[in-house]
Amino acid sequence: MPRREDLRSVMVIGSGPIVIGQACEFDYSGTQACRVLREEGLRVILVNSNPATIMTDPEFSDATYIEPITPAFVERIIEKEKPDAILATLGGQTALNTAIALHQSGALARHGVELIGADVEAIERGENREIFRTIVAQVGAESARSAICHTIAECIEAVDDLGYPVVVRPSFTMGGAGSGIAYDEADLRRMAGDGLRASPTTEVLLEESIIGWKEYELELMRDRRDNVVVVCSIENLDPMGVHTGDSITVAPSMTLTDREYQRMRDVGIEIIRAVGVDTGGCNIQFAVNPADGRLIVIEMNPRVSRSSALASKATGFPIAKIAAKLAVGYTLDEIPNDITRQTPASFEPSLDYVVVKVPRFAFEKFPQADPVLTTTMKSVGEAMAIGRNFTEALQKALRSLEKADAVFGWPADRADVDCAEALRLMSKPHDGRLSLVQRALWAGASMAEVFQATGIDPWFLDQINLINEVADEVRAAASLDEDVLRRAKRHGFSDLQVARLRGMSESGVRAARHGLGVRPVYKTVDTCAAEFAALTPYHYSSYDEENEAIASDMTKVIILGSGPNRIGQGIEFDYSCVHAALTLRDAGYETIMINCNPETVSTDYDTSDRLYFEPLTLEDVLEVVHVESAAGTLLGVIVQLGGQTPLGLAQSLKDAGVPIIGTTPESIHLAEDRGAFGQVLAQAGLPAPRHGTASSFPQAQAIAAEVGYPVLVRPSYVLGGRGMEIVYDDGMLADYLGRATEINPEHPVLIDRFLDDAIEIDVDALYDGTELFLAGVMEHIEEAGIHSGDSACALPPVTLGAADIGRIRDSTLAIAHGVGVRGLLNVQYAMAGDVLYVLEANPRASRTVPFVSKATTVPVAKAAARVMVGQSIASLRREGLLPESGDGGTMPAGCAVSVKEAVLPFGRFLGVDTVLGPEMRSTGEVMGIDDNFGIAYAKSQEAAYTGGLPTSGTAFVSLANRDKRAAIFPLKRLADLGFEILATAGTADILGRNGVAARVLRKHHEGPGPNGEPTTVQAIMAGEVSLIVNTPYGVGPRLDGYEIRTAAVNMGIPSITTVQGLAAAVQGIESLQRADAGVRSLQEHARDLAALRGGGHGTVGSS
Amino acid sequence: MTASRESAVLILEDGRIMRGERYGASGVTFGEAVFSTGMTGYQETLTDPSYDRQIVIMTSPHVGNTGVNDEDPESSRIWVAGYVVRDPSRVASNWRSTQSLDDRLVAEGIVGISGVDTRALTRHLRDHGAMRMGIFTGAHAMRRVEELCEQVRLSPAMMGADLTSEVTTAEPYVVPATGERLFTVVAVDLGIKAMTPHRMAERGIEVRVVPGSITAQEILALQPDGVFFANGPGDPAAASAAVDAMTGVLAARVPTFGICFGHQMLGRALGLSTYKLRYGHRGINQPVQDLRTRKVEITAHNHGFAVDAPRDQPFATPFGRAEVSHVCLNDGVVEGLRCLDTPAFSVQYHPEAAAGPHDAAYLFDEFVSLMVGASHGGDR
Ligand SMILES: Nc1ncnc2c1ncn2[C@@H]1O[C@H](COP(=O)(O)OP(=O)(O)O)[C@@H](O)[C@H]1O
Ligand SMILES: Nc1ncnc2c1ncn2[C@@H]1O[C@H](COP(=O)(O)OP(=O)(O)O)[C@@H](O)[C@H]1O
Ligand SMILES: [Mg+2]
Ligand SMILES: [Mg+2]
Repeated sequence: MPRREDLRSVMVIGSGPIVIGQACEFDYSGTQACRVLREEGLRVILVNSNPATIMTDPEFSDATYIEPITPAFVERIIEKEKPDAILATLGGQTALNTAIALHQSGALARHGVELIGADVEAIERGENREIFRTIVAQVGAESARSAICHTIAECIEAVDDLGYPVVVRPSFTMGGAGSGIAYDEADLRRMAGDGLRASPTTEVLLEESIIGWKEYELELMRDRRDNVVVVCSIENLDPMGVHTGDSITVAPSMTLTDREYQRMRDVGIEIIRAVGVDTGGCNIQFAVNPADGRLIVIEMNPRVSRSSALASKATGFPIAKIAAKLAVGYTLDEIPNDITRQTPASFEPSLDYVVVKVPRFAFEKFPQADPVLTTTMKSVGEAMAIGRNFTEALQKALRSLEKADAVFGWPADRADVDCAEALRLMSKPHDGRLSLVQRALWAGASMAEVFQATGIDPWFLDQINLINEVADEVRAAASLDEDVLRRAKRHGFSDLQVARLRGMSESGVRAARHGLGVRPVYKTVDTCAAEFAALTPYHYSSYDEENEAIASDMTKVIILGSGPNRIGQGIEFDYSCVHAALTLRDAGYETIMINCNPETVSTDYDTSDRLYFEPLTLEDVLEVVHVESAAGTLLGVIVQLGGQTPLGLAQSLKDAGVPIIGTTPESIHLAEDRGAFGQVLAQAGLPAPRHGTASSFPQAQAIAAEVGYPVLVRPSYVLGGRGMEIVYDDGMLADYLGRATEINPEHPVLIDRFLDDAIEIDVDALYDGTELFLAGVMEHIEEAGIHSGDSACALPPVTLGAADIGRIRDSTLAIAHGVGVRGLLNVQYAMAGDVLYVLEANPRASRTVPFVSKATTVPVAKAAARVMVGQSIASLRREGLLPESGDGGTMPAGCAVSVKEAVLPFGRFLGVDTVLGPEMRSTGEVMGIDDNFGIAYAKSQEAAYTGGLPTSGTAFVSLANRDKRAAIFPLKRLADLGFEILATAGTADILGRNGVAARVLRKHHEGPGPNGEPTTVQAIMAGEVSLIVNTPYGVGPRLDGYEIRTAAVNMGIPSITTVQGLAAAVQGIESLQRADAGVRSLQEHARDLAALRGGGHGTVGSS
Repeated sequence: MTASRESAVLILEDGRIMRGERYGASGVTFGEAVFSTGMTGYQETLTDPSYDRQIVIMTSPHVGNTGVNDEDPESSRIWVAGYVVRDPSRVASNWRSTQSLDDRLVAEGIVGISGVDTRALTRHLRDHGAMRMGIFTGAHAMRRVEELCEQVRLSPAMMGADLTSEVTTAEPYVVPATGERLFTVVAVDLGIKAMTPHRMAERGIEVRVVPGSITAQEILALQPDGVFFANGPGDPAAASAAVDAMTGVLAARVPTFGICFGHQMLGRALGLSTYKLRYGHRGINQPVQDLRTRKVEITAHNHGFAVDAPRDQPFATPFGRAEVSHVCLNDGVVEGLRCLDTPAFSVQYHPEAAAGPHDAAYLFDEFVSLMVGASHGGDR
């Protein structure tokens, strides 16, 4: 059946900010959907609040709305754009839930909009676990015994039958939010409580625990003519009990016989039919009892999921793209297979390689969080690797994580490993469990013992044994000859691992290896195990015989991606890499992408001319460079777009003779090395906070005394604000050095004067050697001291005048010149009093590049890539890629204001203090854009947190003394806006004296009053509070503030922890009360901005 | 597996050579090199008689993970002439497993090789077509390459080979219907797989499996409700007995169903010719379209030859009109035939699907309805 002729315009709903359980895989699927729909000649209307996504680039849709993904806002957009249909199955749970809400409110019917991809009934049948169970039964399959409960009481009762441990799961939530395994009634009460809150339908499912069973996933697709294909089977190495998102997973399944697999396939097909997903994809999870093969269906997601992205990258079968085509009416047999181009999509991919995905966690950033892996997803990113066998794929995947301790290692002596202890520890799943397993097995633990402790299938355990045996062979070998090397390489050992085993240097091993001609070959991901010729160059390395990657004779540019998502380095960097690929291809270069993150657009095989799915280590990159240098000319490698990962490789790549495009490694060093950078600033006469480096406590004390408290301390050898703390006196200094880091000449500690009450300013700029293009100047809402990645910011800046921006421009130019930047530069300033201090400069694409691009409607990353390959800013202005005059520093008066807000994962890590600090902890961001700051800010809050800002109700306030004065005015305003103010005694007293009536609440530790007066926490838990303002005071989290903020997270109440945040919130509330925010597409904003620029208005601040 | 394992070498008739390690029995073996892209079901593949005289290359790198068991074999023995894999499993991990695949191969004297670039080999066969191969292990592997290559060229080719006598049952046997017996079917064993009678038995059919040498008269003497022509190895152009039997059965208008080799027999009985495919279809992910419903089924294939028939409209045959009922969407190869004036149809692939997806199981139901149709209102 050809495409439906009755559709003319389709609205695509994105997934919003990156949060745990819903990351950039939905940018990948959404971007594919937009591409496909436009190719089909449909008008595409996109809604997504996340500016860091590729899909929100104006060129991917006809109308791009960066607005909150809430039923209210989406309905406004529907009213305005009148789409024929909505495609909500590619935007994760967020899009799906929003679409359902719009259906239930009758909005879809009202505006005559059809839901395509999966209808509401199908979604209901798939997502509502009660209905789903009956379907599973209908098709003659089994579910785990369970009970649906709507109250805690029902839960307690149900457990009498199910017994402990019992799995508690809310329906309608993705990534297992609110779910867990309860081992006793206390657990149950807590989790069921969370679950009932987390579930829009306020029901939880209690389920018989089948922890330890084998876990599998199938990715299926079905079309209008009822053709069904299973695109991929995925086996979890970590058995049931660990969320698939947190599990090490393998494709295809490794330990199923055909009978078992076909049974699973039959059940899957029956289910997708019964549920009625008739034009799209779905994901179904199964559990298999290793003792007798009993098959249990766990759940289905009637939409494209995280696993669909993985499956697409693992097989070369683009699920999202095809789902979009099915949604508009095609059938599978009508859609050609992109890779073979001659065979149709109505087939099941066959793999002649093994794919391994490993999760990346961020527990180091949340010390108070429970690190045990369970049914709630906790990982923040993932890396995927492809090899010709499991051992090769696994070891490649582990080194792709860029975590030294994730890579297998072998102590000098087996006696150094405490097997008993290791076995004990591995019985609770946690980050790094596999290394424990590997060491224990190496040190003599039996497969039976390890299977006992972990439930990991013996086949996988034997593969780990194999790796251990090879390690022993490498260590024992008389000499590092070709056989030894080939065998090690065949099982995925890196040069570094071999070097450690042989007591050699990595470069030494590499030299020896190249000397022996032991190099990887590159195979092709072709969906068909070589049965047909592949026309798409999607490659992976393997130590095998035949190489398939034949270098072209073109001029090529290699772009290094940013690896697995992690806090501080996420989708924003992929954004810049993708833009470079697109624009350099347009400019006539052959673009070659290297990355190992399956969630991204950069690892989509048609983003670049060639894709190498490889770890981003020196060894792996050098080998790609080698094979690509066989013909044509390699212009060079771009390292400044993928964040710190590629940047860290710059020098060693250059040392290996690889040309680096753009800013040179020497210049990078100038910006990154504190001493060198100090020189640059001195020469330019730019002030930096006074600072020093201490390698002992006395020395630290001396420096602190000299620069003056408060000081900011951090270990010198970590990035991303890791381990950074603000210290107010010697006592805290001693405490920090004792607790947070070691201090000695090898590990010195950096001490900066901490600038109190300073305005932080983030700047992104382009420099071509002569001209500086100030791409964006962002004024942070929160004061300096809160990591740039965690604080909200506004563009154009709200309080800075033209003079300030002038100074910022001059300073930035001086730094760009002094460092020798070619391409992008990010500088963080702190304005204290009248001094503009330089905090740091990053000679690379920053987290804010996409936000800046959208707020100023300038493709900054594209321009940067062009500058890197030698084009001048002037020529780019002429070409039209950059505005012919002006830049982000000269935003015309009257232009729209954009606000970026960070989204934090505290809801996932209950018990973690939510106070923001110099260490970044946010996972994602949203953008609010509107005529004035107030509404833009309110939109950003609406987009970031369910419910957004309240427009009425009760505000509870508890302030640190130093904040009380500053807070009086905004609180007064809040009261005038009709809010009742509750406060702790001290705060209430000050407010009272300043004419703000406030009711006093008892402190948490005081307990309830004689006549049952509630404490702060009780009031919050009772749902009496709609807004919380609590600025931290004292050291350590275990104070009232902590209890209050935690309660706030539990109840999902907005909780503001800075006075600046409060002021912004009040403005937001005010504008919300005045008028409800309108919706405007980026394309419209771009037109307005162009008009304003043309119209020669004054610029921000000058009028 | 330690580095010091018996070495082995494989050589193709065009001289391509790859070195690896012995897998299974040691010794020497020859056969037609074919690749199979199935990711599951190696035990079913190995025991499929259609692989007689063929050396199977597994494109899936890991083989043997779940060992072997007593339930999954498709016949009483392993038929492949040799086995080429990349990464054989060192353990057998599955609750049904009774033995490791390695041990089973040794026990049945199947010579194999592991550790070679199976993908490169597959690409070679894809580009140069199926050809003969030899595997030599241990001392044999040390001999001069020219010498070994010569031996490969002297080994028998698949073209023109009549292998039915090698694989067919010596004595007839009966597979009783599960539950009430509704029909009796004579299944001509040209290399039948165990799952096939089972699929029929499930539908109330008593299956009388008979040797491939049986004549039409002998079949009709058994007064079956239907006749089934099984899959099997060899060149359909060289099989005359089965074609004669098929012709006689068609003339008697007994409902007839053929699969794989049996499908080629129907084709020849209808006067169509068969030809050798460049490298055949072997795998369990082949998209076949039913031209009537336009529905696509994912099917299990194992054929190196195919029937040549006009696809666009029905054509005349000695038994009235016939049409092409199914085609493979990958390459347009004819995958099914249906007689319009005689109760007979056939498919080139494996509806019994062992290994493989069960999408085509409905064909056995169609066979049943064909017999139902014939029994009332039918002209017998
Ligand atoms: N009955 C159960 N017993 C043990 N573990 C379970 C059970 N049900 C689910 N799990 C584990 O919890 C994880 C999340 O459950 P799932 O139903 O997939 O929720 P989500 O919608 O978050 O993916 C699964 O991947 C599985 O490992
Ligand atoms: N001297 C200082 N005074 C006040 N705040 C500071 C100072 N130095 C750093 N900060 C805060 O710490 C955050 C992280 O510091 P930064 O140097 O940017 O490290 P990172 O490499 O993690 O970005 C900054 O965004 C800023 O808010
Ligand atoms: Mg799940
Ligand atoms: Mg910074």
